[in-house]
Amino acid sequence: MAYSEKVIDHYANPKNVGTLDKAKSNVGTGLVGAPECGDVMRLQIEVDEASGIISDAKFKTFGCGSAIASSSLATEWLKGKTVDQALAIDNMDIVEELNLPPVKIHCSVLAEDAIKAAINDYRTKNGLPALAEEKAAH
Amino acid sequence: MELKLPIYLDNNATTPMDPRVLDAMLPYFVEKFGNAASRNHSFGWVAEEAVDYAREQVAKLINADPKEIIFTSGATEADNLALKGVYEMYASKGNHIITCTTEHKAVLDTCKHIEKLGGVVTYLPVQPDGLIDLEELEKAITDKTILISIMYGNNEIGVLQDVQAISKIAHKHGVLFFTDATQAVGKVPVDVIADGIDLMAFSGHKIYGPKGVGVLYVRRKNPRVKVTSQMDGGGHERGMRSGTLNVPGIVGLGKACELCMQEMDSEAKRLSKMRDRLESSLKELEESYVNGNVNHRLPHTTNISFKYVEGEGLMMGFNKDIALSSGSACTSASLEPSYVLKALGLGDDLAHSSLRFGLGRFTTDEQIDFTINAVKSTVTKLREMSPLWEMFKEGVDINAIEWAHH
Repeated sequence: MAYSEKVIDHYANPKNVGTLDKAKSNVGTGLVGAPECGDVMRLQIEVDEASGIISDAKFKTFGCGSAIASSSLATEWLKGKTVDQALAIDNMDIVEELNLPPVKIHCSVLAEDAIKAAINDYRTKNGLPALAEEKAAH
Repeated sequence: MELKLPIYLDNNATTPMDPRVLDAMLPYFVEKFGNAASRNHSFGWVAEEAVDYAREQVAKLINADPKEIIFTSGATEADNLALKGVYEMYASKGNHIITCTTEHKAVLDTCKHIEKLGGVVTYLPVQPDGLIDLEELEKAITDKTILISIMYGNNEIGVLQDVQAISKIAHKHGVLFFTDATQAVGKVPVDVIADGIDLMAFSGHKIYGPKGVGVLYVRRKNPRVKVTSQMDGGGHERGMRSGTLNVPGIVGLGKACELCMQEMDSEAKRLSKMRDRLESSLKELEESYVNGNVNHRLPHTTNISFKYVEGEGLMMGFNKDIALSSGSACTSASLEPSYVLKALGLGDDLAHSSLRFGLGRFTTDEQIDFTINAVKSTVTKLREMSPLWEMFKEGVDINAIEWAHH
């Protein structure tokens, strides 16, 4: 199966690989997937407390090229958005941007789940109720 | 010599045809196009003669009689013919077949079909090194057992089963022994007499011959084995496989066998030396594991898991330059990794992290050097990107984490 150019580019030059300090109260961490399924994504956001804007985002992913590209793209999109704006990121936006074939849609779902998990972690750390689980079927 | 890319290291999937094989085949497309079954004119005689000669070349490689060679369209058809043909032919004797979980799908799926027809099939597990337990095999035999079907060399991990011991057990109990030797014939010495093989399948395209042609060896003496044909028609191949013979393909297969016969010994030495160098270099990477028994295996194959990186993602790092196979199947809807690796007892994480290297006649030392560098640098790069690697390095027990299975 051939990968789209955008997937290849994110794979070759991934954006925002790394680790944020998960002990900080303004950092939210989402760890989703499972090694047995061949995909694990860890996505982190750092929120600027004064403005509520995501000032930094980092990821590390164990998975195929599409999973790496989906998480790399997600971190790019997260930076500069408010937490509420970030919640609006839909997996199908990732599918469209990266031209993912049907067998790779689960990679985008995982990225969306990772965003939501990171935001939830941030919310619970800051005394806000966790968002209702509303996962796409997968 | 300048290194030409991409490098082909997937010779267990298929091999390029040897140009000497192509040369042998070419006259049989246009000029010598006859039907080998045409008995009344020279066109038929020429074709028949070519087929007879190829039959001898094939027989010689495996120490068989030319009359014991049944040409088919490939190993899959030969597997089907052996299993279904024996099941039908020996129905009055019993309905039980013994095979193992690491067989090729052509054997496993045929066995499943036979189960639907009323057959009983035992799928023996394999030990962590990929070999079957011979005691388990003997224990599985019942008075209804008609056939033991165990592959010679495994396509994914290269492990060679102890076929001589298996055939002895089979014959001690009056059971026939069939082996899918697609990966072994032409690579290691296969001798149907010494190995005690009653039926054996293999194909042309794994031994530098053409695709679309294969063989079922069917023993004629001690014991005389028969299979019920699975295709009705003109009664070719001693009534066991009807259909006009693929003369150019058969000529190519014959030539391919002749070349293997001449070059196998030196080639096996050359390939295992290169394979071992590749393997030991890649094992310098932390947390890399060779899958399967390393003392009983094909000379050209190695299967290595690089823990904490995913196989498909890993291949993407170099697949424009190197053609390889991965045990990971992230593209399939089920996301199931290799059933062969899982049968060895590998966790899904290791099974998802594996690469299969299949060296071949045209593999060079320069290609191996390039591959070592490319794989090493990609594994290192992806581990830096892997959350699992980070956890491992921090001493976190990954198995203790409650993963959300999706």
